[in-house]
Amino acid sequence: MLIPKLALRNILSAGLRTWLSVLALSFSFVAIIFLQGVYDGLNDQVERATVEAQYGGGQYWQKAYDPYDPLSLEDAHAPIPPQLQELTAGGGAAPILIRTATIYPQGRFRSILLKGIDPDQKVLSVPSTALRSLENVIPGLIGSRMAKSAGLKKGDVVTVQWRDVHGTFDARDVTIAEVFRTNVQDVDNDQIWIPLERLQAFTRMENQATIVVLKKDVLPVTDPPGWEFKDSGFLLRDLRSLVKMKSVQGSVMYLLLLFLAMLAIFDTQVLSIWRRRKEMGTLMALGMTRTQVIELFTMEGALHGVLAALVAAIYGIPLLAYAAGRGFDLPIATDNFGFAIGEKLFPAYSPALVAGTTLLVCIVTTIVSYLPTRKIADLKPADALRGRLS
Amino acid sequence: MENSVLIRTHDLDKIYSLGLTDLKALDRITLSVARGEFVGFVGPSGSGKTTLLNIIGSLDVPTSGSAEVLGRRIESLSHKESAGLRNRHIGFIFQTFNLLPVYTVYENVEFPLLLQGMESSRRKQLVGDALEWVGLADRADSRPAQLSGGQSQRVAIARAIVKQPEIVLADEPTANLDAANSHHIMKTMAQLNEDLKTTFIFATHDEKVIGYLKRKITLVDGKIAKDETVEKTTAG
Repeated sequence: MLIPKLALRNILSAGLRTWLSVLALSFSFVAIIFLQGVYDGLNDQVERATVEAQYGGGQYWQKAYDPYDPLSLEDAHAPIPPQLQELTAGGGAAPILIRTATIYPQGRFRSILLKGIDPDQKVLSVPSTALRSLENVIPGLIGSRMAKSAGLKKGDVVTVQWRDVHGTFDARDVTIAEVFRTNVQDVDNDQIWIPLERLQAFTRMENQATIVVLKKDVLPVTDPPGWEFKDSGFLLRDLRSLVKMKSVQGSVMYLLLLFLAMLAIFDTQVLSIWRRRKEMGTLMALGMTRTQVIELFTMEGALHGVLAALVAAIYGIPLLAYAAGRGFDLPIATDNFGFAIGEKLFPAYSPALVAGTTLLVCIVTTIVSYLPTRKIADLKPADALRGRLS
Repeated sequence: MENSVLIRTHDLDKIYSLGLTDLKALDRITLSVARGEFVGFVGPSGSGKTTLLNIIGSLDVPTSGSAEVLGRRIESLSHKESAGLRNRHIGFIFQTFNLLPVYTVYENVEFPLLLQGMESSRRKQLVGDALEWVGLADRADSRPAQLSGGQSQRVAIARAIVKQPEIVLADEPTANLDAANSHHIMKTMAQLNEDLKTTFIFATHDEKVIGYLKRKITLVDGKIAKDETVEKTTAG
C-alpha cells in the first residue's frame, strides 16, 4: 500500500497542476458519457417508436409478403387464420391489409400503399380512431410527411385507384380524416390508411390480411399454415444496423475526446518525469528500486483518472440527469437520418455505460501513464541525481 | 582492526564515454575506510570526488576494479540489492538538499523508514529522535519551501541518519550554505560521528568542511594524490 499512498500524497500535494489535469480529464469523462448516452438514448427511442408504431410484439407475414418487393404485394393476402382472429378479437393483434394503389392529388399521378387497419385497434400507435369519424365517405389517414409531399391536408378529397383480387381496377374518393405526426417514416411516407373492412370489401378480400401485428408482450402462437412469424429481433435487424452505423460515426468523436484526454495525461507524465528526474534520483538514493519508482509515477498518472472520475461525478451526475430528464430539441435535418427520431432526444445513461466508460478511461489512463515511465527503467541513479535522463 | 573496515576499493577505474573520446574520472583508486571515520575526498572540480562517492553509495558502478561496501561487491549487486543497501545501510546528504518538495519535514525524514516497511510507532520515535538531533523538532510540519538553506540541510541530515546507517555520504554538503550554517551543519555531523560512531564520508573542496575532517584523501585527475590523517581538527 506504500506506493498508492505516496502517489496520492504526491498528486494531492502538487495542487493546481493536479487539479487542472483532473478537471480536463473529467470534462472528457462527462463528454464521452454524454455522447454515448445520446446514442444509447437514440437507440432506445428509435426502437421504442418503431415498435409502438410499426412492429408491435412481432408480425405474422403472409407467406408471399416481402416488404422489399412491392410486386409481392399482389399475392400477399390470405384469410386471417382462426388463432390470429381469436387474438385480434381479444385485442392482442391487429391485421393489416396492404395493397398497391395510385392517387391523383391535384391531377398528379402517384403510387402509394393503401393500408387497411381496424379503426378500433390498440396494438399500434397509429391514430386509427380517426377513421371512425366519417360516415358517408371513405376516411383516410395520412402522416405529415405524406401530407406534405402530396400536398394534402385534413378534409381534402383524393382519388385512389386500386385493383381487386381479380385484377379489376376500381377507384374511389378518399377524404383525409386526419393528418398525424409520427417519428416512424415507414407508417407515413407514400401511404394512406383506411378502415380495414372497407379495403377488404373494395378489393374483394373479405377477412383477409397481409400481415397481422401482435401487441407488445403478447406471446406468438404456432405459425398457422401459410403464415410466418417474424419476431422483434428480425424486424428491428435493419434498423439496429442503421443505428449502429450512426453510432460508429459518433464513436469518432468519442475516440477523439479520449485521445485528447490521453494526450494531456501523456504530456503531463512526460513533463513530470523530465521535471522530476532529480527527485527520482533522490528516491533511488533513499532506497527505492527502479520498479518502485515506475510504479509510483504510473500510479500517480492513473490516480488522475480516478480523481477525474470523482470530480466528473460531482458535476456530471446532475448535468447528465438534467439532460436525460429534459431531453433536447433536434433539428429538422435529423428527419433525414432514415429512422424514427422524435423532436426531442432523451439521452439514456445506464449504470453499465457509466461504469464501463469509467473503467475504460482509468485503464487507458494507466497505460498512457505507464508508457513514459518506462524510460525510468534505463535511468542510472547517479545520472538522475545530476538531472540527466538516459 | 580488519573487521572494522567498511569500505574497500581496489584498482577502481571509472571511464565515461563522451562520444568519440573517453574521460577517465577515476584511475586505479585503492583505499579503505574503517567504521567511525570522518573522512573527506577533497580536490578541485572534476577530480573524481563525487564519482567515487557515488560508487561507494552504489549509485553508480565502476568500469573496472572492485568496490566492496559492508562486505558487498558494488559491481555485482542487482538493482534491487543496491537499493536495499542504500535504504538500510547508507545515508546520503546532497549539495542541493534534495528534499521531496511536497512532503513536510516529518514526512521527508520518515520516508526511508516507510520504504523499510517499519511500523508506525517505531517510525514516529526514530523521526522524533532524528529531528531532535538536528534541532528541528519544532519544524516537523513545515514544507521544504518554508525552510532556510541551513534548516533544509539539517532536515537532509536527519533523513540520512534516521535509519541509523553505518555510512553517511555527503556530497558538498555546505556548498549552498553561508559560513555560520556551514559550521553548524559540520558540528552536527561531527557530533553524530562522535556519539553514534557513524562513518561519514565527504566529497568537498570547501575549506570549512575540510577543517573538520579527521582524514583527508586528496584526489587529482581521478587519482589519489594524498591520503593523510589530520591530528587535530580546527573546528570553529
